Amino acid sequence: MLTAEDKKLICQIWGKIEGHQEEFGAEALERMFVTYPQTKTYFPHFDLSHGSDQVRGHGKKVVAALGNAAKSLDNLSQALSELSNLHAYNLRVDPVNFKAGWGLGLLSQCFQVVLAAHLGKDYTPEVHAAFDKFLSAVAAVLSEKYR
Amino acid sequence: MVHWSAEEKQLITSLWAKVNVAECGAEALARLLIVYPWTQRFFANFGNLSSPTAIMGNPMVRAHGKKVLTSFGEAIKNLDNIKTTYSKLSELHCEKLHVDPENFRLLGDILIIVLAAHFTKDFTPACQFAWQKLVGVVAHALAHRYH
Repeated sequence: MLTAEDKKLICQIWGKIEGHQEEFGAEALERMFVTYPQTKTYFPHFDLSHGSDQVRGHGKKVVAALGNAAKSLDNLSQALSELSNLHAYNLRVDPVNFKAGWGLGLLSQCFQVVLAAHLGKDYTPEVHAAFDKFLSAVAAVLSEKYR
Repeated sequence: MVHWSAEEKQLITSLWAKVNVAECGAEALARLLIVYPWTQRFFANFGNLSSPTAIMGNPMVRAHGKKVLTSFGEAIKNLDNIKTTYSKLSELHCEKLHVDPENFRLLGDILIIVLAAHFTKDFTPACQFAWQKLVGVVAHALAHRYH
Protein backbone atom coordinates (compact mmCIF):
# COMPACT_ATOMS: atom_id res chain seq x y z
CA MET A 1 0.00 0.00 0.00
CA LEU A 2 1.58 3.27 -1.11
CA THR A 3 1.72 5.85 1.66
CA ALA A 4 1.77 9.61 1.09
CA GLU A 5 5.49 9.57 1.82
CA ASP A 6 6.07 6.78 -0.74
CA LYS A 7 4.21 8.78 -3.39
CA LYS A 8 6.33 11.83 -2.64
CA LEU A 9 9.54 9.83 -2.95
CA ILE A 10 8.39 8.24 -6.20
CA CYS A 11 7.66 11.65 -7.70
CA GLN A 12 11.04 12.97 -6.56
CA ILE A 13 12.90 10.05 -8.07
CA TRP A 14 10.91 10.28 -11.25
CA GLY A 15 12.23 13.81 -11.62
CA LYS A 16 15.71 12.29 -11.87
CA ILE A 17 14.58 9.69 -14.43
CA GLU A 18 12.93 12.19 -16.78
CA GLY A 19 15.47 13.06 -19.42
CA HIS A 20 17.04 9.62 -19.21
CA GLN A 21 14.05 7.55 -20.18
CA GLU A 22 15.55 5.96 -23.26
CA GLU A 23 18.93 5.39 -21.63
CA PHE A 24 17.55 3.83 -18.43
CA GLY A 25 14.92 1.82 -20.29
CA ALA A 26 17.44 0.41 -22.73
CA GLU A 27 19.85 -0.44 -19.94
CA ALA A 28 17.16 -2.17 -17.89
CA LEU A 29 16.16 -4.29 -20.86
CA GLU A 30 19.78 -5.10 -21.72
CA ARG A 31 20.46 -6.14 -18.14
CA MET A 32 17.35 -8.30 -18.21
CA PHE A 33 18.36 -10.03 -21.45
CA VAL A 34 21.89 -10.66 -20.19
CA THR A 35 21.00 -11.68 -16.64
CA TYR A 36 17.89 -13.70 -17.46
CA PRO A 37 18.37 -15.04 -20.99
CA GLN A 38 14.94 -16.70 -20.94
CA THR A 39 13.43 -13.21 -21.30
CA LYS A 40 14.80 -13.03 -24.82
CA THR A 41 12.17 -15.54 -25.87
CA TYR A 42 9.66 -12.70 -25.97
CA PHE A 43 11.71 -10.78 -28.51
CA PRO A 44 12.60 -13.17 -31.32
CA HIS A 45 11.80 -10.37 -33.75
CA PHE A 46 14.24 -7.91 -32.16
CA ASP A 47 17.88 -7.19 -32.70
CA LEU A 48 19.08 -7.65 -29.12
CA SER A 49 22.70 -6.68 -29.62
CA HIS A 50 24.22 -3.98 -27.43
CA GLY A 51 23.01 -0.54 -28.50
CA SER A 52 20.21 -1.90 -30.65
CA ASP A 53 17.77 0.78 -31.84
CA GLN A 54 14.86 -1.54 -31.23
CA VAL A 55 15.89 -2.11 -27.62
CA ARG A 56 16.39 1.62 -27.08
CA GLY A 57 13.00 2.36 -28.57
CA HIS A 58 11.30 -0.29 -26.52
CA GLY A 59 13.10 0.73 -23.34
CA LYS A 60 11.92 4.29 -23.84
CA LYS A 61 8.35 3.06 -24.29
CA VAL A 62 8.45 0.96 -21.13
CA VAL A 63 9.85 3.78 -19.00
CA ALA A 64 7.34 6.25 -20.45
CA ALA A 65 4.55 3.89 -19.41
CA LEU A 66 6.04 3.65 -15.91
CA GLY A 67 6.26 7.42 -15.84
CA ASN A 68 2.60 7.65 -16.69
CA ALA A 69 1.87 5.24 -13.88
CA ALA A 70 4.00 7.32 -11.50
CA LYS A 71 1.82 10.32 -12.29
CA SER A 72 -1.36 8.33 -11.61
CA LEU A 73 -0.52 6.68 -8.32
CA ASP A 74 -4.05 7.15 -7.01
CA ASN A 75 -5.55 5.34 -9.95
CA LEU A 76 -3.12 2.80 -11.31
CA SER A 77 -5.84 0.41 -12.50
CA GLN A 78 -7.31 2.99 -14.80
CA ALA A 79 -4.00 4.45 -15.98
CA LEU A 80 -2.68 1.01 -16.87
CA SER A 81 -5.92 -0.48 -18.13
CA GLU A 82 -4.92 -0.65 -21.80
CA LEU A 83 -1.51 -2.08 -20.99
CA SER A 84 -3.16 -4.55 -18.66
CA ASN A 85 -5.34 -5.78 -21.53
CA LEU A 86 -2.35 -5.93 -23.85
CA HIS A 87 -0.27 -8.05 -21.46
CA ALA A 88 -3.13 -10.37 -20.59
CA TYR A 89 -4.65 -11.06 -23.97
CA ASN A 90 -2.05 -10.22 -26.52
CA LEU A 91 1.51 -10.37 -25.21
CA ARG A 92 0.87 -12.97 -22.52
CA VAL A 93 4.27 -12.44 -20.96
CA ASP A 94 4.52 -14.80 -18.02
CA PRO A 95 3.94 -12.63 -14.94
CA VAL A 96 7.08 -13.94 -13.25
CA ASN A 97 8.94 -11.59 -15.54
CA PHE A 98 7.48 -8.54 -13.91
CA LYS A 99 6.17 -9.88 -10.66
CA ALA A 100 7.71 -12.71 -8.68
CA GLY A 101 5.63 -12.92 -5.56
CA TRP A 102 6.70 -10.24 -3.14
CA GLY A 103 10.18 -10.09 -4.48
CA LEU A 104 11.16 -8.37 -7.64
CA GLY A 105 10.10 -9.60 -11.01
CA LEU A 106 12.91 -9.90 -13.46
CA LEU A 107 12.37 -6.57 -15.20
CA SER A 108 11.57 -4.85 -11.91
CA GLN A 109 14.85 -6.10 -10.43
CA CYS A 110 16.80 -4.89 -13.47
CA PHE A 111 15.12 -1.51 -13.45
CA GLN A 112 15.99 -1.06 -9.78
CA VAL A 113 19.59 -2.07 -10.51
CA VAL A 114 19.74 0.64 -13.19
CA LEU A 115 18.42 3.23 -10.76
CA ALA A 116 20.85 2.12 -8.06
CA ALA A 117 23.76 2.15 -10.49
CA HIS A 118 22.94 5.66 -11.72
CA LEU A 119 21.74 7.26 -8.49
CA GLY A 120 24.24 5.60 -6.14
CA LYS A 121 23.63 6.67 -2.59
CA ASP A 122 20.63 8.76 -3.67
CA TYR A 123 18.92 5.40 -4.04
CA THR A 124 18.35 5.42 -0.33
CA PRO A 125 16.61 2.59 1.55
CA GLU A 126 13.47 4.73 1.75
CA VAL A 127 13.46 5.39 -2.00
CA HIS A 128 14.25 1.74 -2.66
CA ALA A 129 11.28 0.63 -0.55
CA ALA A 130 8.89 3.11 -2.18
CA PHE A 131 10.00 2.14 -5.65
CA ASP A 132 9.78 -1.56 -4.96
CA LYS A 133 6.21 -1.05 -3.78
CA PHE A 134 5.43 1.03 -6.86
CA LEU A 135 6.74 -1.60 -9.27
CA SER A 136 4.86 -4.32 -7.38
CA ALA A 137 1.66 -2.30 -7.68
CA VAL A 138 2.22 -1.82 -11.41
CA ALA A 139 2.92 -5.52 -11.83
CA ALA A 140 -0.24 -6.43 -9.93
CA VAL A 141 -2.36 -4.30 -12.27
CA LEU A 142 -0.64 -5.68 -15.37
CA SER A 143 -1.38 -9.26 -14.33
CA GLU A 144 -4.93 -8.59 -13.09
CA LYS A 145 -6.68 -9.81 -16.22
CA TYR A 146 -4.59 -12.86 -16.99
CA ARG A 147 -7.36 -15.14 -15.86
CA MET B 1 27.08 -29.22 -9.60
CA VAL B 2 26.96 -25.65 -10.84
CA HIS B 3 29.17 -24.76 -13.77
CA TRP B 4 31.01 -21.47 -13.58
CA SER B 5 32.78 -20.08 -16.60
CA ALA B 6 36.20 -18.54 -16.10
CA GLU B 7 34.67 -15.15 -16.84
CA GLU B 8 31.94 -15.58 -14.24
CA LYS B 9 34.47 -16.60 -11.60
CA GLN B 10 36.60 -13.61 -12.48
CA LEU B 11 33.66 -11.20 -12.29
CA ILE B 12 32.66 -12.56 -8.90
CA THR B 13 36.06 -12.70 -7.24
CA SER B 14 37.34 -9.39 -8.60
CA LEU B 15 34.27 -7.51 -7.36
CA TRP B 16 34.34 -9.34 -4.04
CA ALA B 17 37.91 -8.17 -3.47
CA LYS B 18 36.61 -4.59 -3.48
CA VAL B 19 33.59 -5.17 -1.26
CA ASN B 20 33.60 -3.70 2.24
CA VAL B 21 31.93 -6.70 3.85
CA ALA B 22 30.93 -4.94 7.07
CA GLU B 23 29.34 -2.00 5.24
CA CYS B 24 27.67 -3.93 2.44
CA GLY B 25 26.46 -6.63 4.78
CA ALA B 26 24.96 -4.12 7.18
CA GLU B 27 23.30 -2.24 4.36
CA ALA B 28 21.90 -5.34 2.69
CA LEU B 29 20.32 -6.64 5.88
CA ALA B 30 19.00 -3.20 6.81
CA ARG B 31 17.42 -2.79 3.38
CA LEU B 32 15.84 -6.24 3.66
CA LEU B 33 14.18 -5.20 6.92
CA ILE B 34 13.10 -1.84 5.46
CA VAL B 35 11.92 -2.90 2.01
CA TYR B 36 10.25 -6.12 3.20
CA PRO B 37 9.21 -5.26 6.76
CA TRP B 38 7.74 -8.67 7.48
CA THR B 39 11.28 -10.03 7.56
CA GLN B 40 11.63 -8.26 10.89
CA ARG B 41 9.79 -11.26 12.33
CA PHE B 42 13.13 -13.03 12.66
CA PHE B 43 14.70 -10.22 14.62
CA ALA B 44 12.27 -9.48 17.42
CA ASN B 45 15.13 -9.22 19.93
CA PHE B 46 17.16 -6.74 17.89
CA GLY B 47 15.78 -3.68 19.63
CA ASN B 48 14.68 -0.58 17.76
CA LEU B 49 13.48 -1.38 14.22
CA SER B 50 10.81 1.30 14.19
CA SER B 51 12.04 3.35 11.20
CA PRO B 52 14.49 3.14 8.31
CA THR B 53 16.87 5.41 10.23
CA ALA B 54 16.61 3.24 13.35
CA ILE B 55 17.21 0.10 11.31
CA MET B 56 20.21 1.50 9.42
CA GLY B 57 21.81 2.60 12.69
CA ASN B 58 20.90 -0.43 14.76
CA PRO B 59 24.16 -2.05 15.94
CA MET B 60 22.68 -5.55 16.09
CA VAL B 61 21.46 -5.23 12.50
CA ARG B 62 24.87 -4.02 11.39
CA ALA B 63 26.68 -6.80 13.20
CA HIS B 64 24.38 -9.47 11.89
CA GLY B 65 24.56 -8.11 8.36
CA LYS B 66 28.35 -8.33 8.53
CA LYS B 67 28.10 -11.92 9.79
CA VAL B 68 25.77 -12.91 6.95
CA LEU B 69 27.89 -11.37 4.23
CA THR B 70 31.09 -12.80 5.71
CA SER B 71 29.51 -16.21 5.40
CA PHE B 72 28.74 -15.37 1.78
CA GLY B 73 32.48 -15.10 1.31
CA GLU B 74 32.74 -18.80 2.06
CA ALA B 75 30.59 -19.56 -0.96
CA ILE B 76 32.86 -17.43 -3.12
CA LYS B 77 35.92 -19.31 -1.84
CA ASN B 78 34.17 -22.58 -2.68
CA LEU B 79 32.29 -21.84 -5.88
CA ASP B 80 32.54 -25.44 -7.02
CA ASN B 81 31.18 -26.77 -3.77
CA ILE B 82 28.56 -24.39 -2.47
CA LYS B 83 25.98 -27.03 -1.50
CA THR B 84 28.42 -28.83 0.77
CA THR B 85 29.79 -25.56 2.14
CA TYR B 86 26.32 -24.55 3.28
CA SER B 87 25.04 -27.94 4.37
CA LYS B 88 25.16 -27.19 8.10
CA LEU B 89 23.89 -23.63 7.66
CA SER B 90 20.96 -24.99 5.68
CA GLU B 91 20.04 -27.35 8.49
CA LEU B 92 20.37 -24.52 10.98
CA HIS B 93 18.06 -22.21 9.03
CA CYS B 94 15.49 -24.98 8.79
CA GLU B 95 15.61 -26.66 12.17
CA LYS B 96 16.56 -23.85 14.54
CA LEU B 97 15.85 -20.56 12.80
CA HIS B 98 12.73 -21.62 10.85
CA VAL B 99 13.39 -19.20 8.01
CA ASP B 100 11.29 -19.52 4.87
CA PRO B 101 13.79 -19.97 2.01
CA GLU B 102 11.99 -17.25 0.07
CA ASN B 103 13.87 -14.87 2.35
CA PHE B 104 17.22 -16.01 0.91
CA ARG B 105 15.99 -14.97 -2.53
CA LEU B 106 14.84 -11.60 -1.25
CA LEU B 107 18.16 -10.93 0.46
CA GLY B 108 20.06 -11.99 -2.66
CA ASP B 109 18.17 -9.50 -4.83
CA ILE B 110 18.72 -6.77 -2.26
CA LEU B 111 22.44 -7.51 -2.17
CA ILE B 112 22.57 -7.03 -5.95
CA ILE B 113 20.99 -3.60 -5.59
CA VAL B 114 23.43 -2.64 -2.82
CA LEU B 115 26.34 -3.68 -5.05
CA ALA B 116 24.89 -1.69 -7.95
CA ALA B 117 24.58 1.41 -5.76
CA HIS B 118 28.18 1.04 -4.56
CA PHE B 119 29.88 0.16 -7.80
CA THR B 120 27.57 2.10 -10.18
CA LYS B 121 28.65 1.68 -13.77
CA ASP B 122 31.33 -0.86 -12.84
CA PHE B 123 28.45 -3.15 -11.95
CA THR B 124 28.02 -4.03 -15.61
CA PRO B 125 25.28 -6.28 -17.02
CA ALA B 126 27.81 -9.13 -17.22
CA CYS B 127 28.68 -8.55 -13.59
CA GLN B 128 25.02 -8.56 -12.63
CA PHE B 129 24.55 -11.83 -14.48
CA ALA B 130 27.35 -13.56 -12.59
CA TRP B 131 26.22 -12.23 -9.25
CA GLN B 132 22.52 -13.01 -9.76
CA LYS B 133 23.61 -16.53 -10.63
CA LEU B 134 25.67 -16.64 -7.43
CA VAL B 135 22.92 -15.40 -5.13
CA GLY B 136 20.56 -17.89 -6.76
CA VAL B 137 22.96 -20.75 -6.13
CA VAL B 138 23.51 -19.63 -2.53
CA ALA B 139 19.76 -19.40 -1.91
CA HIS B 140 19.28 -22.84 -3.40
CA ALA B 141 22.08 -24.33 -1.29
CA LEU B 142 20.67 -22.81 1.89
CA ALA B 143 17.29 -24.34 1.13
CA HIS B 144 18.72 -27.67 0.12
CA ARG B 145 18.66 -29.41 3.50
CA TYR B 146 15.15 -28.30 4.41
CA HIS B 147 12.75 -30.99 5.42
